[in-house]
Amino acid sequence: MPEQTYLDAIRAGLEEELRRDPSVYIFGEDVALGGPFGVTKGLAETFGINRLVNTPISEATVMGITIGAATAGLRPIVEIMFIDFITLAMDQLINHAAKLHYMSGGQLRIPLTVRVQCGISGAMGAHHSQSLESWLAHVPGLKVVMPANPADAKGLLKSAIRDDNPVVFVEHRGLYWSKGEVSANETVVPIGKAIVMRRGEQITIVALSSMVGPALAAANDLKAEGIAAEVIDPRTISPLDIETIASSVKKTSRMIVVHEAVEQGGIGAEIVARVQQEAFYHLDSPIVRVAAPFAPVPASPSLEENFVPSKSKIIDAVRRTVYRRES
Amino acid sequence: MAANKDNFKEVIELLRRMWLIRAFEEKVSSLYAERQIVGLLHLGIGQEAVAVGALSLLRNDDYVYGGHRSHGHAIAKGADMNKLMAEIAGRATGYCGGKGGSMHIVAKECGFMTATGVVGGTIPLALGAAFASKERKKGQLAVVFFGDGAGQAGPFHESLNIASLWRLPVVFICENNGYAEFTPLSAHTKIERLAQHAKTYGIPASTVDGNDLFAVRDAMTKAVASCRAGKGPVFIECLTHRMRGHYEGDPAKYRELSQLAEWKKKDPIARVARALKSKKAFTDAQLEAIEMEARALADKATEFSLASPWPSEFDVDSQVYAVT
Repeated sequence: MPEQTYLDAIRAGLEEELRRDPSVYIFGEDVALGGPFGVTKGLAETFGINRLVNTPISEATVMGITIGAATAGLRPIVEIMFIDFITLAMDQLINHAAKLHYMSGGQLRIPLTVRVQCGISGAMGAHHSQSLESWLAHVPGLKVVMPANPADAKGLLKSAIRDDNPVVFVEHRGLYWSKGEVSANETVVPIGKAIVMRRGEQITIVALSSMVGPALAAANDLKAEGIAAEVIDPRTISPLDIETIASSVKKTSRMIVVHEAVEQGGIGAEIVARVQQEAFYHLDSPIVRVAAPFAPVPASPSLEENFVPSKSKIIDAVRRTVYRRES
Repeated sequence: MAANKDNFKEVIELLRRMWLIRAFEEKVSSLYAERQIVGLLHLGIGQEAVAVGALSLLRNDDYVYGGHRSHGHAIAKGADMNKLMAEIAGRATGYCGGKGGSMHIVAKECGFMTATGVVGGTIPLALGAAFASKERKKGQLAVVFFGDGAGQAGPFHESLNIASLWRLPVVFICENNGYAEFTPLSAHTKIERLAQHAKTYGIPASTVDGNDLFAVRDAMTKAVASCRAGKGPVFIECLTHRMRGHYEGDPAKYRELSQLAEWKKKDPIARVARALKSKKAFTDAQLEAIEMEARALADKATEFSLASPWPSEFDVDSQVYAVT
């Protein structure tokens, strides 16, 4: 299979869907110019500025416009340049996009894809580096996906665009230039399905988005000391595929959860709560979360390095879990 | 527009629609007082000329977005009064199966796309529907209603800017009833006429007597023609007054009784009736029959609603997601 970057895979997904369905439109700041990272580069030349709609810096209203366009029969994609700015659009996203199908008794559908990029990369500081996905997963009516590799990025994006519900598609900026195999054929990855990235019997590592890479690297290192770790990428955090995770824990009896968002109130807490409900009597040790400290994201590269969960932090957490002794 | 022998039939129809709204909302008010309906209810009694004047000119496939005080807008766009009353009463037979309620009415079949509990919240949605209309090129347009309180919200200004920039076929209708919840507009802004904001953003705007059905309709006639001709948005500020409090149960002590009496003289329904009578075309009895017919329909809607079942307990979390 040909290799592609995460960014190019997203662009290919957008291009294929724009071509497939004339009701797909892309709205956002600078989208007709390619955007700051080049995700939409070249699309306006192919599909025109009517469908690659450059907007003013008015996130609240632009989000509302795409919701209104969805109620009136379009299938819009809105790009919020950084997830940090989704705060400005939260009223429309939460009060209208997420609720209109329910509040209307099923009369309205909101086939809307909200593309955002999140996370820590390049010392951009507290307003361009956050991971806010757990806020969104708390809202009934929204779906939230977080692809960790190019193939999933493309496949999940296609599912998101074709879904008749609002889907927040959370890209990680640090993954944009990472490469992976992407099928040249039409591949759609279903929303709500986790994937086992590596098989193992002694511990389950659940890792999200940018943390899947370090988790796999940690599992590789741990093998040398005789620990066989199973690595699961949930890919979607709402709805959460708890069956795949719980059945893994029933086999391994141990689990850690890894995400880049701060630990308190993160999606890891939900995963832990659901796993203890499903697999409590299979657990041999407490579940540990590896996540960012409860602090805003710092700007200095040296502080940033300490802030982000890393391979070594994952290995430490696995050791604590596997070699746990009652003191 | 003025009542004359060439348009009596049309004016009578408009009067009939205003009475439908008035009778419906007075019924809602009394049902609330009897605790047959509960919840947070915002009535637009006194503002009927805006809803009817504006929406009587639309096509069924035009899109209308309301605010939190929007029973009248839904009726004026053609919503079924039985399903509307049942929704407000929380019954399974309501437009939204009881999941929306008074502030979140959706009657998609007639193009009443949604009301909202968030002040000014539907203004961007209307732009979205206008965008879709423009792309579809079938001459559709979107209309959005909001109050003077929305004029100080960020998305109001963002929306005026974008609607103007993209020449969207949207009519902004500001129902300036003088109060944002309990506070007079003068305590929220130095801007006396909200139409001024629209002019700043390059949108044709006018301020009309919102209790004058004919004035609203004249302004809307021009607005609709302009939108359908692809000339972009229009803003109409309608000066009006709500005869009830902000919500049912609000004693509205912030309002002088003399002010209420003054507005009562400008009752939009009585004004149309007076105009028709002055032409000696209609008798009191004929006009009274219109009122009685409306009240009978409101009674029928009440009977339908109160006899309807409550939603099933299984519906508490149904329709959270659409099945693709």
